[in-house]
Amino acid sequence: MARITVRGVSEIRGPIIIIEGVTGIRMGEYLEVKLPNKPTRKGRVLAIEEERVIILLYQGTYELEKDEIETEFFGRTMQLFVAEDMIGRVFNSQGEPLDGLPGIYSDEYRDINGSPINPTSRIYPRDYIETGISSIDSMNTLVRGQKLPIFTGAGLPNNQLIGQIVKQARIVGAEGEDKFAIVFGAMGLTMDDYIYFQRLFEETGTLDKVVMFTNLASDSAAERLITPRVALTTAEYLAFDKGYHVLAILSDITNYCQALREVSVALETVPARKGFPGYMYSDLASIYERAGIIEGSQGSITLIANLTMPNDDITHPIPDLTGYITEGQIILDRSLHNRGIYPPIDVLGSLSRLMKDGIGEGYTRKDHPSLSNQLYASYAEGLDKRRLAEVIGKKELNRRDQILYEFADKFEDNFVNQGDVYRSIEDSLNLGWSLLSNLPETELTKVSEALIREHIQNKGADSD
Amino acid sequence: MPHSAEERARIVTIKGSTVEVRGLSSYRMGEITYVGDEKLIGEVIEIERDFATVQVYEPLEGLKINDPVYPTGKSLSAELGPGLLSNIFDGIQRPLEQIKKLSASSFIQRGIQINALDRHKKWQFEPNKDLTKGHFVKGGDVLGSVQETETIKCNILVPPNTNGELLSIQENGEFKITDPIAELKGSDKKKEELTLMHEWHVRIARPFLKKLPVREPLVTGQRIIDMFFPIAKGGTAAIPGGFGTGKTILQHQLSKWSDADVVIYIGCGERGNEMTDVLRSFPKLVDPHTQNPLMDRTSLIANVSNMPVAAREASIYMGITMAEFYRDQGFNVLLTADSTSRWAEALREIAGQLEEMPVEEGYPAYLGARLANFYERAGQVIALGSPYREGSINITAAVSPPGGDFSEPVTANTKRFVKTFWGLDPNLANRKHFPSINWLNSYSGYIKVIEEWALESGLEDWGRYRQEMFTILQKDDELQHIAELIGSKALPADEQLIILVADIIKEGFLQQNAFDKVDSFCPIEKQMKMMKLMLLFYNRAEVLIRNGCPISLITNLKTVQILKRIKEDVPNDNIIQMNKIEDYIHTDMEELGSKYGYKV
Ligand SMILES: Nc1ncnc2c1ncn2[C@@H]1O[C@H](COP(=O)(O)OP(=O)(O)OP(=O)(O)O)[C@@H](O)[C@H]1O
Ligand SMILES: [Mg+2]
Repeated sequence: MARITVRGVSEIRGPIIIIEGVTGIRMGEYLEVKLPNKPTRKGRVLAIEEERVIILLYQGTYELEKDEIETEFFGRTMQLFVAEDMIGRVFNSQGEPLDGLPGIYSDEYRDINGSPINPTSRIYPRDYIETGISSIDSMNTLVRGQKLPIFTGAGLPNNQLIGQIVKQARIVGAEGEDKFAIVFGAMGLTMDDYIYFQRLFEETGTLDKVVMFTNLASDSAAERLITPRVALTTAEYLAFDKGYHVLAILSDITNYCQALREVSVALETVPARKGFPGYMYSDLASIYERAGIIEGSQGSITLIANLTMPNDDITHPIPDLTGYITEGQIILDRSLHNRGIYPPIDVLGSLSRLMKDGIGEGYTRKDHPSLSNQLYASYAEGLDKRRLAEVIGKKELNRRDQILYEFADKFEDNFVNQGDVYRSIEDSLNLGWSLLSNLPETELTKVSEALIREHIQNKGADSD
Repeated sequence: MPHSAEERARIVTIKGSTVEVRGLSSYRMGEITYVGDEKLIGEVIEIERDFATVQVYEPLEGLKINDPVYPTGKSLSAELGPGLLSNIFDGIQRPLEQIKKLSASSFIQRGIQINALDRHKKWQFEPNKDLTKGHFVKGGDVLGSVQETETIKCNILVPPNTNGELLSIQENGEFKITDPIAELKGSDKKKEELTLMHEWHVRIARPFLKKLPVREPLVTGQRIIDMFFPIAKGGTAAIPGGFGTGKTILQHQLSKWSDADVVIYIGCGERGNEMTDVLRSFPKLVDPHTQNPLMDRTSLIANVSNMPVAAREASIYMGITMAEFYRDQGFNVLLTADSTSRWAEALREIAGQLEEMPVEEGYPAYLGARLANFYERAGQVIALGSPYREGSINITAAVSPPGGDFSEPVTANTKRFVKTFWGLDPNLANRKHFPSINWLNSYSGYIKVIEEWALESGLEDWGRYRQEMFTILQKDDELQHIAELIGSKALPADEQLIILVADIIKEGFLQQNAFDKVDSFCPIEKQMKMMKLMLLFYNRAEVLIRNGCPISLITNLKTVQILKRIKEDVPNDNIIQMNKIEDYIHTDMEELGSKYGYKV
């Protein structure tokens, strides 16, 4: 398509520039702004009003001089060259190498915005991924092709948890286990966190399986809007064209959403909640929904995203809208963390929506569905009793309540608090049963008698 | 296209999901236009002097100023005829399977123009024997029928607003959907051909003869609904709840198990995998009322969250129009929409692009009116035409309030127009009590009607059981507040008994595991029997307590555990086992009584 070049702009506002008096520009098209003696900046056409073209510059507008700049419109959307040998490489958000190696030259390229997967082409994800973490494997099972964010708070060990998953995760029973890749999209990451991930990949020997796209805290905010798209475009290529099982890790969605807000404010869109634009739901969906499995391809995209809840507030629009789109969430809890429990996973608040079809006979183990139901129920009751004891004192609890109270403690101390070690799903489930054996049988109403007989030999505690 | 170069309409602005157009030969609200060289489908939503704003049902990337826009003279319409069931469409009724085939891609491509109904497939048409040449027919009259799926025989109707003298009607035979099956001479003496399908403007409600009061329940097999907060056939219900509280699962359950004839399931701005789940599981599930695959009575509309926003707005209207089509044939239709909040957000997004003045949280002033309009299309009606037919539409709609806050505009406005409110409670969901319908703040406006129905249907005890259980749950709520302060140990034994029985009801009756083979669907007879047994337990235990029996002896009875597990342990049709449990309860209580010398 013919390129169009224009000199000068008429307005500069935040990351937005407006060019007037130009025709033939396409909605959404990719463009580059050339500056004398400075690196070229990249952008996208957001709206066109007759001869006024409204443009978002990913590297911002700082130091732009109104009349000096030259904008070249490419006549097409932003594209990314994709190739299998991206694996093991480090790029910036635009797919330019940061590792000193040459750029990717390939005859394959993709529009970074992707297209929605036809629901009739999806394969419903059912194969669980063993993470080796009890609170996840038994209680919030992760499934290959799932999108599952980690809702965390400032200072909580979410990166360590991701690290542990990367270290331990096995895609049980999957063919082509060797065809495994990680696509990492860093969005506004601090240098510390960035280094953490780099080390992690080095230490776990996965560095040669990782494609990194990097936007650091010091990089432009608007550029964060393309990081996840570039990362997922790569993931789609590897998964759906090349048959890789891709684990896509995005960190941190909160930084992404703040950038989105910044741009929408500059565009003077009517805000919905807390200044975030009304289209944030659709925008986030256009990222998260790219995970999954499709017919006729061997691969899959499993998406794990860090999301720092501002002020630990789960009702904040960022976690809220995310929760409405993703297939569950892992919530980290500050009070567990403060008590030294690692990983501090809030087992009840967390959810895996794809668990229902990924566990049980033929998947994990026959007893898994009812066992996890019993553990949720007894733990929830135990927490009620803990709250009650805070008011009336533990001694005032009746016998049954005390047993449940203690169950909650044991559950947190032994089951949740597993440390940075691997536990097989078998071991996790068995541990669950051994904790249940402390409860009187009258409490075990979610599991059938047959299962009780099978898994609790000496029916533990007495009844009163 | 019959438009000369001069009068060609052109794009003047492009923004979000709308374009502004100048130079349309005529300006009509709601007109479908094709936008750009790829002929993307759009609809006129605002007219200002020489400009029309068109909302486009596909992504706008690549459009330029001055690109052509073609009027069509048509409004956004649904194709109505056999072939809708067992099928899946996008928000503007393009069949997704066909899109996949045409584009040879797993991803949805732009600019695909394709009819909703298959033009090649042949259907076996059976004419209405009562009609003969010369007969005067009018809108809604049944011309004949087609066995659309094993379950559903689709009546072929004279389209509403059409009438005339029947010049000919086809014999029994195979026809394509666009083949003429009858010919009319209208009042203007013009001949008109009727086919197996017709079109209808989705934003206009289809006419009927008369709205009737609702009179029987939609039996859902979900205990908390059927027994506590029932919905009538032709009724409306909202399911508000924060993320992960169980809206979608509940809607899947309703679509699977309720005794509707036809189900229209609209996935409006929700997850792709959820639609895939329905698509893959329904053909394998058996409809408990007909023993046919569930898919045979189901039509899906999937405009998932990352599909275009404007088509999301349209999807709701598309769905309700399809529902009306089956209602008019004389069916009871269940329409579930997941989620109406995403639809409202689409309205908001488009209103923002039109620079309309927002009123609350960015929503346009007409949000309430649009919602009212939608829910008004539910109801029990006498259909137009002969023979006499009654049909109904149920609407059950999910609402996704930001932060789970029910005071936000979409929930608050919805509450004004629905009669049943199943409020999902995050505290219940958190402890995995599902369905997480809160029994204290939910309500049904159909209790009286259903009480009358129950009396006539041999379920005389429905109202009494319901009331007794409710009373226990309400007392329990009060007692819980006290127990939170002093511990339940300090409560008198009769109050501890209430807490115990409430616990049995909550766990054994209100909770219902959608993923358990037996529990997923609970027939009404079993529901009634379960209530009976739980209340029997309460009444007998109460006598013991009154006579001084300590509560701990009752708490530890095996029957407590048995009552909590009836739902899963007792097969749905096993009345004998239920009767045995009844005997247990009597024996247990009598043993306690005789062992300790208490009167029972
Ligand atoms: N009746 C049920 N039985 C068992 N589990 C249930 C039931 N209802 C809900 N759940 C559990 O709750 C999870 C969330 O339910 P669901 O997906 O319906 O939530 P939702 O309200 O639709 O959330 P969102 O608004 O994010 O779409 C399910 O994945 C399932 O684990
Ligand atoms: Mg849902």
